[in-house]
Formats: sequence, structure tokens, C-alpha cells
Amino acid sequence: MRSVRALAVAALSVLTFSGTSHAAEPKSGGIFRIYHRDSPGSASIHEGATYSLNVPFMPIFNNLVIFDQHIAQNSTSTIRPELAESWAWSGDHKTLTFKLRKDVKWHDGKPFSAADVKCTFDMLMGKSQQKFRQNPRKSWYEQVDEVTTNGDDEASFKLKRPQPALLSLLASGYSPVYPCHVSPAEMRTKPVGTGPFKFVEFKANESIKLTKNPDYFKKGLPYLDGIEFTIIPNRSTAILGFVSGKFDMTFPTEVSIPLLKDVKSQDPKAVCVVEPNNVSTNIIINSTAPPFDNLDIRRALALALDRKAFIQIMFEGQGDIGGTMEPAPDGLWAMPKDMLEQIPGYGPDIEKNREEARKLMQKAGYGPDKHLQIKVSTRNIAVYRDPAIILIDQIKSIYIDAELDVVDTAQWFPKIARKDYSLGLNLTGNAVDEPDQSFYENYACGSERNYTNYCNKDIEKLFDQQSEETNLDKRKKLVWEIDKKLQEDVARPIIFRARTGTCWKPYVKNVTIMSNSSYNGYRYEDVWLDK
Amino acid sequence: MFAYIVRRLFLMLVTLFGISVIIFVLLRVVPGNIVDILFDAAGFVDPADKANLERELGLSQPIVIQYLHWIGGLLHGDLGYSYVSEKPALEEILPRIPITARLAGLALLFSASIGIPLGVISAVHQGSKLDYALRVVSLSGLSLPSFWLGLLILMASVSLFGTMPIFNPNPKTWLEALTIYAVPAMAVGFRSAALTMRITRSSMLEILRQDYIRTARAKGASEASVNYHHALKNAVLPVITVIGIEAAFLIGGLIVTETVFNIPGIARFLVEALRWRDYPIVQNLVMFIAVVVVVVNFIVDMLYAAIDPRIRFGD
Repeated sequence: MRSVRALAVAALSVLTFSGTSHAAEPKSGGIFRIYHRDSPGSASIHEGATYSLNVPFMPIFNNLVIFDQHIAQNSTSTIRPELAESWAWSGDHKTLTFKLRKDVKWHDGKPFSAADVKCTFDMLMGKSQQKFRQNPRKSWYEQVDEVTTNGDDEASFKLKRPQPALLSLLASGYSPVYPCHVSPAEMRTKPVGTGPFKFVEFKANESIKLTKNPDYFKKGLPYLDGIEFTIIPNRSTAILGFVSGKFDMTFPTEVSIPLLKDVKSQDPKAVCVVEPNNVSTNIIINSTAPPFDNLDIRRALALALDRKAFIQIMFEGQGDIGGTMEPAPDGLWAMPKDMLEQIPGYGPDIEKNREEARKLMQKAGYGPDKHLQIKVSTRNIAVYRDPAIILIDQIKSIYIDAELDVVDTAQWFPKIARKDYSLGLNLTGNAVDEPDQSFYENYACGSERNYTNYCNKDIEKLFDQQSEETNLDKRKKLVWEIDKKLQEDVARPIIFRARTGTCWKPYVKNVTIMSNSSYNGYRYEDVWLDK
Repeated sequence: MFAYIVRRLFLMLVTLFGISVIIFVLLRVVPGNIVDILFDAAGFVDPADKANLERELGLSQPIVIQYLHWIGGLLHGDLGYSYVSEKPALEEILPRIPITARLAGLALLFSASIGIPLGVISAVHQGSKLDYALRVVSLSGLSLPSFWLGLLILMASVSLFGTMPIFNPNPKTWLEALTIYAVPAMAVGFRSAALTMRITRSSMLEILRQDYIRTARAKGASEASVNYHHALKNAVLPVITVIGIEAAFLIGGLIVTETVFNIPGIARFLVEALRWRDYPIVQNLVMFIAVVVVVVNFIVDMLYAAIDPRIRFGD
């Protein structure tokens, strides 16, 4: 798989090589200019759920631990200390203790301490007086009983039960430590961090500017004098800006495969990489109402999918097929191929699958003379609409006539929450390639993001079992079993995962694009410009 | 004349009041508000948090109270706070006005300075090759969408000069400053210029057939004097009307042009604010645009009166 991808990328862009570009002696200075795809709603990472926030604001902060910024595949073995000097699990795996650095200051000059760690995570768990306006990742800390401090230099996470995944969640770009002395409201407009860059200004729909933090605790870093993000929602203008040299890098993972060809033809020296972004395009099914309360019809739907066709039409073959977890080789938890192909609908013989689907439809009372009439709801955004149209075309083959129902973004989740849909096409991004994040968020009974209300207590027991498992091999097997079961239950059929491109000028050094998440690789502390 | 001005001013106030009610009600009729959008980013809706936030932003109050709050604030110069940036709305809107004003002004200047002379030339040389050529140009201007033209200009610029005239808040040279406004102004003003040219041409053709033009020629007036002094002066009234209407419609054209050329003016800002349902920004911006349109119309009315005394006397 890896070699196939490498070959495809090489054919697409001759200069595609490693995601990382290192050079001999780093030079200091220069402003790193990147265009931004849209104007983020605020500057507070903890209150957002889009990487439009992580890319410009991650350089302002530090985490306790962070995924190595130069290893594309995030895993527990690539977690590095940041505000923590070290960490240790207790013998029962119920306490995670961090020894903190003593030489760290906030950008406003106040000292960083363990109290800031406690403040941040108390707020995330909803235990503090100060509240976030919204708290989309509260569920990540469901198993954390409390965060305690021991002096200024030690903080411990006490868990209700062992949860090895916690460390990975803390290493995500979504887990910065906030200062106690700055209110959430101020953090939305003028964020204060400890990171390599200080916030200068955020002009909505215009630009975001960061400047070098001269007091950064990692001596000699950052190399850049600053980072400037120019907000350009129009993709054509943005790409032309990159080609004409107005920008040093495109917005990460935002260049589609057809556009990548344009970039390479107009700027052959540009360095471009194509990576998966761990965002799945999936189908949400309202199984509480007819006709999809009938398991046979749900199964028929899953059998009708020709996943390769989606990828070919939309991404010229640059995509991956898998289950809930990111497919191999970039995904750490992907089911083996032979196991995946045993799942109904994943087998290579599409016509045979559809024949089986038609039989199930006939069993449910539909056939060539009686088609099932439904609506496929989706958001009025191209990345949603386009696959929805292909889906409508594909399910025609199993006696389902569907009409596209495009929904304004502001109405999408309220509509889903009301269960005012029959079949929906949705995109799900995963901040961390970690089963705890994916399973609990999307499939646990009562979870806010479990849009379909899929609830299987037996599987939920398996969620907990894998979550507590400290042996990696045993945990992987459990995860595969769960993923297979979720697909067989047609809980939320995964159609495909796209790959997207990022390009930068050859003089930009030390940029790495992560291959199993789009949310974690933007600290930019050792990026430099060889000009 | 005084009564005429007073009546126009009164009509302006009534129009603005009507617009304020329409904007306010329509915004709230559109499904979804800022809270829905914020929760959309989070991927789920928490009913308790949603209710808290709606209360915090004053969205849970009755619509009449919300309207009175807004209008009361507006009359005291308090435009409220942007829901998104949490900055005063005035602080967000004010810096963007000069940018759009410069762009719109240049576009109108381009439209008038190209459209009127070419319209006159086309009319004077009616049926000639030049006339046909100018009519093709004007038809192209009416047919080409400004976003498409803008993109084409950007592509050509990158391809021919290796650079592109997108917005830079701190231009290094006066030439760069002129380019970043002039090029988009041409892209958006091309359509207006074409329309102005066609109106000027048809109006001129009508005037050139009048008896008094023949009389002027018979009295030995030069062609230039006939065309520009006698004919154009009388033909310009409908042209002024069109330019006035175009000034109002320009804001629509600027939305796409500001997007394509990445100009942080009020037109693009309005679209973004609407996407976020940022009521304080949308309401105040639309009111500002309404004021501009109403004032432009008022000026056009005054110009009518100044150019054609019959309007004053007839009033």
C-alpha cells in the first residue's frame, strides 16, 4: 500500500519525496507566510473543533507532551516531553504524573506552574468556576477523576480506571495548557501561551500574525522571526498567491489532488506531499424510523457501496478504504486487509455484493417495480455534496431512488439532533489516531457526537476493555474486533478516507505533515527559511 | 427648492427606518443563529450550553426588545459587539469602509471615464466600424461576470509577470498601492463602464436627432461643440441615473471582487458575517450600505435638479 501510494505521488509530482525536509545548518530570521483557508471563529483551541484553529494558534502554546513534530505517523512511541520534563504511570496505571519544567514563562512574563495544568484540565472537565463558551472535547477526560498538584513542578492525573490512551490525547494539538490568570474570553481574542511564538493580532477575514518569543524555554528556538497567515477563502486566489511567491506554504492538507497538478505545473520547484488526513466520509443512518429501522435495508445499503469508485471519481485514486480506524499503513489500528474484506460490502466483487443487496431489498418488500424513495441529507459544502451525489447514483442499483437534500451549515447538527433525516452523508475528523477518541466519541451510547444514536451495550463493554488494556498487541486485536463489529452492524458505514496535499517552497525547511492526523503538527518551532 | 430637499430628507428617514425593520426581521427569520454555528464547529449541540450562550448574547430576549436595544444603541453610536471576534462592531467595520470606498470610487471613476466618452464616440460614429467594435466591447462587459474576469486577470498577471495584485495593507510603492486597487476596480467597473457606454450611446443618439441640434449645426457650431456642449449635456441625465443605480449595485459586484482579489473590505466582510450569523455586524453593515445608497440617491436627485431646472420648477 505504501509503495503504491509513493508511486502514485511520484507520478503526480516528480519532486515528492519525504514529508520532512532537513538541511544542514538552520538559519534564523524571516517571516513564514502561509495562506489560511478561512477565518477561525476564535483563537481558543480548546473551544474549537476545526484544524483551522490549530494551524495558526498551535505555535503559541505548549502541551505537557507532544507528538514528535518530525515523525509523520503519530504514535505513543513518538510522544515527547514539552512542558513536562518527564512522565510516569503508577503501577496500577491509574495515575499519570508529570514532572514539569521550572524555566517556563507565559508570554506576559508570569511564571508557568502546575496550577496552570490543573486549571486547564479542571476547566476541560467542567469542574472550575471559569467555563469555556463551548467544550467539544470534554469526553476525552471522562476517565480523569481529578488533576492534583504537588508543589509548582508536579501535576498528576488520577484516573477512575486505567486508560493508556490518555497520554496520546494529551499529546494532541488540541491539548495545550492555558494560563490560570487569563480568562477564557481573553483567550478567544488575545491568547497567551508559553510557546515559540507570541500572538500579535487576529483580524477576522484578513490575517493572523505571530512573532518570535525571545524568552522561549527551548534556547535558540524558534528560528523564524514570525509567522503570518493571510486569510484567503477563495482557493484559486490562494493557490495563485502561492505560485506567485506571495506565500511560502499552502494551508496544510488543503490542496486537492487536481489542484496539486496545477501547482506543480506552474511551480515545478515547489515541494509537495500527499498524506491521508484521518477524516472519514461516512453515512449516518436514522435507524429509529422507517425504512432504516429495518436491519436488512441497512445491510443492503452497506453492500451497495463501491468505495473505489468514490475515490477514483473524487480524488483520482488518492484515497483509502478502511473501517472506523485510519487504514494502514499510516493508521496504527487498522484491521488487516483479509479481515476487512470479510465484512459485507468490503469484498472486491461489487456486482456480487449488489446482487446480495438486491435480495435483501426484495426481502424487505422492494424491487424493480417498487423502489424505495428517500432523501440523502448533507451539508451544502462541496466535500459533502459531491460524495452524496455519487452515493445517490450507487444506491439506485438496489432499488433506492434518493433525492439530494442540501442543508445549510447552521442547520446541519440541529437537524441531525432532531433526527429529521433518513440518510445523511457526513465527514468525521479524528484528532488523534486513537481508538478511545474514535469509539467513545462516535459510537458510545449517549455520546453527543453519536449522531445515529447507535447503542450496543455489548460493544460498549469491549470499548472499555480495549481502553483499559495496557498490552498493545492485545489491545490492537480488540480494536479490530470492535471495528469489524461496528461495520457489520452498519453503525455508521465508512465510505472512504481522502488524501490531500500540502506544498511549500524549497527554501522552507523542517516542515513535516502528519500522516494520521491533521491536528497535531503545527508547532513550527524549528522551521527555518534557507534564503 | 427648500421644500424639495426637506421632503427628500423625510423620505430618506422613512426608508431607513423601513430598511432597519426589514433587515432585523429577515435576519432572524433565516434558520440558525451564531450559537448553532459555534456548536456546528464542535460537532454537536449541547442544549444547556446553547441556552446559556443565547442568554449571554441576548438572543433569548423577545425580538422587539432586541430591536429596540439595537436601534437605541445605534442612535447613541453604540453598534454592539461582534459575536465572533467579541470586539466592538464599530471597531470591526470602520477600518474596512475606506478600503471598499476607494475600490468603489475607483470603479465608478473607471466606469464614467471610460463609459461616457466611448458612448459619445460610438453614437457620433453610429454604424461605423468603430461603433461596431465599441458595441462588441460593451456587450462583452455586460456578459463577463466580474469574478471570472478577476480570476483571469490574476492568472494572466501570475503567468506574465510572476506576481499578482492581491491586497497588501502596507504597499511599498505608490505604484503597488495603485495596482492593488486599480486592477480590481477595473474588473468590477468593466460591467458598469459597458452599461454606462450603452446608455450614453442610446441617449446621445436620441438627442442628436433633436431639432435644436440641427439648429446648432445650422448656426455653424463646431462638431465638438454640438456633441459635447449641446448634445451630451442633455443626454447625461439618464447616464447619471444609471451611475447612481450602479453605485448602489456595486456592493454586489464588490463581494465577489473582494473575494477574488482578497481585499478585506466591507462587502466580503458582510458575507462572512452573514455566514456566521453575526447579527451586530450584518445589521450595522447593511444599515451603513442602505445609508450610502439612500444618500447617493439623494445626491442624484439633487443633481437632477441642478442639471435640469424643470425638475426644480416642477416640484
